[in-house]
Amino acid sequence: MSTFLGMPTVAPRGVGHLRGDESFPKAARAALGNEQLRRNLGHATRTIRAKRAAVVAEVPDWEELRRAGEALKAATMARLPELLAELEERVAAAGGTVHWARDANEANRIVTGLVRAAGADEVVKVKSMATQEIGLNEALAAEGIAAWETDLAELIVQLGHDKPSHILVPAIHRNRTEIRDIFLREMPDAPPDLTDDPRRLAMAAREHLRRKFLSAKVAVSGANFAVAETGTLAVVESEGNGRMCLTLPRTLITVMGIEKVVPTWTDLEVFLQLLPRSSTGERMNPYTSLWTGVTPGDGPQEFHLVLLDNGRTAVLADEAGRSALHCIRCSACLNVCPVYERTGGHAYGSVYPGPIGAVLSPQLTGVEDNASLPYASSLCGACFDACPVRIDIPSMLVHLRTKHVEERKGPSPEAISMAAASWVMARPGRFRGAERLRRLLPLAAPFARGWTASRDLPEPPAQTFREWWRTRNG
Amino acid sequence: MRVALFVTCLADAMFPDVGKATVTLLERLGHEVVFPEAQTCCGQMHVNTGYQRQALSLVEHHMRTFEPYDAIVAPSGSCVGSVRHQHAMVAERAGKRQLAARAAEVAGRTYELSEFLVDVLGVTDVGAHYPHRVTYHPTCHSLRLLRVGDRPLRLLRAVRGIDLVELPDAEQCCGFGGTFALKNADTSAAMLADKLRSVLSTEASVVTAGDSSCLMHIGGGLSRLSVDAKPVHLAQILAAR
Repeated sequence: MSTFLGMPTVAPRGVGHLRGDESFPKAARAALGNEQLRRNLGHATRTIRAKRAAVVAEVPDWEELRRAGEALKAATMARLPELLAELEERVAAAGGTVHWARDANEANRIVTGLVRAAGADEVVKVKSMATQEIGLNEALAAEGIAAWETDLAELIVQLGHDKPSHILVPAIHRNRTEIRDIFLREMPDAPPDLTDDPRRLAMAAREHLRRKFLSAKVAVSGANFAVAETGTLAVVESEGNGRMCLTLPRTLITVMGIEKVVPTWTDLEVFLQLLPRSSTGERMNPYTSLWTGVTPGDGPQEFHLVLLDNGRTAVLADEAGRSALHCIRCSACLNVCPVYERTGGHAYGSVYPGPIGAVLSPQLTGVEDNASLPYASSLCGACFDACPVRIDIPSMLVHLRTKHVEERKGPSPEAISMAAASWVMARPGRFRGAERLRRLLPLAAPFARGWTASRDLPEPPAQTFREWWRTRNG
Repeated sequence: MRVALFVTCLADAMFPDVGKATVTLLERLGHEVVFPEAQTCCGQMHVNTGYQRQALSLVEHHMRTFEPYDAIVAPSGSCVGSVRHQHAMVAERAGKRQLAARAAEVAGRTYELSEFLVDVLGVTDVGAHYPHRVTYHPTCHSLRLLRVGDRPLRLLRAVRGIDLVELPDAEQCCGFGGTFALKNADTSAAMLADKLRSVLSTEASVVTAGDSSCLMHIGGGLSRLSVDAKPVHLAQILAAR
């Protein structure tokens, strides 16, 4: 491979908030001990699951829509470079400026520079996974720029000095009493007699945010979709706070993962049906904002689009893993996942939790940096059934486990026992011999504490099936 | 019909009654059951833990063992799932095109027990009698890999004397997941605890399923509690008279 002007010969690895401090099993153990968290999550995921199931069931061509979404994404990935070039051309033609960021650090530098150039020391933010991924708020804070989250749940997370634990509902791990306490403690303009009534909480946040909307000169957003043929960006949301950010400030900066592009305007037809039903369990999301460059005298007068790689081209290079880039961040897979429901999102370390996080994060960072995530699944398959673009997450988990095992250096006790099991099972004579050792199973109990801490080992039978078969047919 | 029994390594070594019940049932329905004695393991544990290379010899061995038969039946959704969804993949990955093609053919002739009874033999009433309160747990791989749907329930509903009660949150995983139960033991145990709560809420004396592995997990949890509920494989209920 040739090197061009110091360009790396391999795709850059993702940096930012994609790695946890400890392995999944360790982090999960702590989360499982938190009963309040278990109750909050159980209640919330159960509610969203039921809503989603109801609105999906009423669409007669849901399976065809899923297949269309899958096909559109696969076709997009197959010609991603040219679509991105087309998008850049269209955005520029409409008066916007496109920036290319190799990784999180570069994206943060670009955005910080743009905010500075606009003469601002604060920004209002639309809920965005890309800016969570790159740790934009922290990067801006380090440069003395305040970033105000305006999505209600993101605001709760920010005020609570917390981390998001869900893609769509980042404060899913909080209940309303906890939210009231956070508001009273951290929001200087919260009414002192605030109750945990959802409406009162929303009104308090509304009062608080209005001031920010009216004062901020710069807004930062992510994007759900970008249409290559028109240069149009799209954000879908429920609250209208995103719309405020996208229309009031003078400068708008959008940070978007390169995989969010779709070829044509009509492709939105499929995704705008799949996304709200899968994510919030609504037929249609309340606000869909679409903008193309700038319009003199109306809305932001300066528009910047930051296209973020941060590990994505590396994912694209892996044929068996690239469909993780098809994800439209609906979080249906989180809500149906029995593992996520019990551990919550923080256990995954990365800003992308749940089944999609377990396949996306290790690919963005390289499997060695997130080695425990591909194993954070019982392979029950509920995620695949729920995915609106049919990402085969269970197969991808198996692929990543294989990659991890094959890239690992040196023998491990597990690798030795797997090789031994394979040797035994490859010949019936060896297997019969091994079966005779089954009565030694209780001796294995001390080595299987993970199992025996909560489960008994089965009683070994006096006779195996094949022994019985021989006596019967012999 | 001549049926080759793929008993699965787990049932062979630990739950022989499941294999015996499958034989009893198929013979009672008038079919000849053969047991290819060379059979060992489908390799699912290896594949699902990331050891696809080590699974290759097991896939090759499975082909040699079962290729001569027209109908292969296993009392396990998970192992049939592995044959259908993993064997060709393991072969392809190792660059063994021909083996992959053979695997696809064998997979096409391999059935999970309830599929075989309902789809191939066309029976739902197998003449069983089982006077107990029973709840059915649809195992993940039978449900979402094989799409057995309500076939096991149709078979159970036709059993004389059975008091079949619905399991709340039936489609949630019991937390077994093979080596997941060891690698993520705490999460697995939390999933099991919720499954046990659902099972106990039905006041059933028997929890049934089409997989010995999931039943071993659920049973391992039930035996820790001082309760009467016990795991019984679907084949054992259908073979009972």
